[in-house]
Amino acid sequence: MSYNPIELMACVASRLLRDARSVFVGTGLPMVAAVLAQRLHAPDLLIVFEAGGIGPQVPTVPISVGDSRTFHRAVMATSMDYVMSIAQLGFVEYGFLGAAQIDPYGNLNTTVIGPHERPRVRLPGSGGANDVGSLCWRTIILMRHERRRFVESLDFLTTPGYLTGPGARERVGLPADTGPYRVITQLAVLGFDEETKRMKLLSLHPGVSMEEVMENTGFELIIPEEVSTTQPPTEEELRLLRGEIDPAGIVIGRAS
Amino acid sequence: MLYEGEGELLGWMDPDEARRWMARKPLELIDKRMPLSEAITRFARDGDYFALGGFGHVRVSMAAIYEMIRQRRRRMAIAAKTAVHDVDVLIASGVVDRVDCAYAFGHELRGLSPAGRRAVEGGRVRVVAEISNAGFQWRFKAAAMGLPWLPTRVMLGTDTLRRSSARVVEDPFTGRPICLIPACYPDFAVIHVHRCDKYGNAQIDGITIEDVELARAAKRLIITTEEIIPGEEIRRHPDRTAIPYFLVDAVCEVRYGCHPGNMPGLYYFDEEHIAEWLRMSRTDEGVEEYLDRYVYSVEGFEEYIQLIGGKEKMEYLRRLEMLQAELRAP
Repeated sequence: MSYNPIELMACVASRLLRDARSVFVGTGLPMVAAVLAQRLHAPDLLIVFEAGGIGPQVPTVPISVGDSRTFHRAVMATSMDYVMSIAQLGFVEYGFLGAAQIDPYGNLNTTVIGPHERPRVRLPGSGGANDVGSLCWRTIILMRHERRRFVESLDFLTTPGYLTGPGARERVGLPADTGPYRVITQLAVLGFDEETKRMKLLSLHPGVSMEEVMENTGFELIIPEEVSTTQPPTEEELRLLRGEIDPAGIVIGRAS
Repeated sequence: MLYEGEGELLGWMDPDEARRWMARKPLELIDKRMPLSEAITRFARDGDYFALGGFGHVRVSMAAIYEMIRQRRRRMAIAAKTAVHDVDVLIASGVVDRVDCAYAFGHELRGLSPAGRRAVEGGRVRVVAEISNAGFQWRFKAAAMGLPWLPTRVMLGTDTLRRSSARVVEDPFTGRPICLIPACYPDFAVIHVHRCDKYGNAQIDGITIEDVELARAAKRLIITTEEIIPGEEIRRHPDRTAIPYFLVDAVCEVRYGCHPGNMPGLYYFDEEHIAEWLRMSRTDEGVEEYLDRYVYSVEGFEEYIQLIGGKEKMEYLRRLEMLQAELRAP
């Protein structure tokens, strides 16, 4: 069965989410991945939205992380203070993030391209991203793999990854034992080296070469001896994605 | 102090000064109903620093925004805590020239905002400080508690902190760095609610986002409401009161006052209208045309609702909200 890169990214992300854990989601791809996980292997995955929706049964893909779909049949409709506070308290395991730029330590930029005073491109800013990157136990980053996005140094460090390397998060006062866990792109799945906290390649998507990944990465990636091939989407995953979770193709239909 | 953010500190007050301000708010049960135009004239002034309740395009008082544009407010600074459609229209119309920014210039799933981006990239609008969403709502919470700041564990180690107005100190309990988020008391706030009585006791259905805190932080507070209910109904369910009357300066009844935003339980986003805005706001001429058609040439909000499709359109958006209709999105 053929599939597009967005569908593959949704499947890879959903497989990372273990049952009976909590996940901070934005709308779009993270939402689709979380619902897919709930339908397949993680029925008790607790979905949390920053604006106050906790444990919803999302009927259709929300347009905003604060719209009424985000607390449809939820266990609680509360406030941002409540949600951010429980994240600070350690209740939220996974957090999804996207970005315009990422560096080797998984630090992210969603604020500006160019100088802050007079940016070439003004992006939305942190929103809840810095909070997710600071407070969740492990973050999963979903973004396009391009040389101008995978950069040695960011124009602006909006959201903390491992900052400058081992121990840096703890030294600045961020919660202990937290940080980026996986980076999922249209080409590969990447993780972070235990010792150096720098990004390392974990698996190549079917049909993607090592050279293609290197060409699209603007810094030196750690390449382990063994690099596996990402499992393609199963028929069951695709059936759920297309037939039930996003039938209008609002998210997955946007694939290039 | 270990570190001081270089962002401009807007909206901060000494807690003693804040106490004196809040103690002056009247506690009498007085009828605060007035036309929205009067509320904006009295409580929203040129140069003010203000915040809007809701979530940028969810339960946001679009009626108040259009009224501020119609009255040609200028040189205002906005607390852009998840600002979406609200800040975009306010920047494009020339009301706002400074943005205190957690999230702005974006339309969530719809992409970036052409008008807002053009203004900040062209230098017409300045971002005076960055902060995170949690950080912003904790600024309101600090104010709502009558404190000068709240300690938090966000923003540490980042440029978001460097460009914020927060400070980092060594926490005397753990010995580790901790981020102090300064209190924020906006000059005024407008919060759109599902229902309230004539005194301002207000109920909100669904998520409250940061409005319970913002209502206590704002120096002046305008409530716009889908409907006015008898005070008896408030007293029958006091647990439902999100905002009590003594915080409120004006009560304005504006049915559908959040259009084209989503009012939970009542109506969903008008994606056709938002797409029209996003298309027209690609150029300054388009912005002018949009504002002429929907803001300047109409008397008030009821006339605007007629213009965007009237009862029929609102009935479709109600059915969409209730999951009884298909989303029409361009």
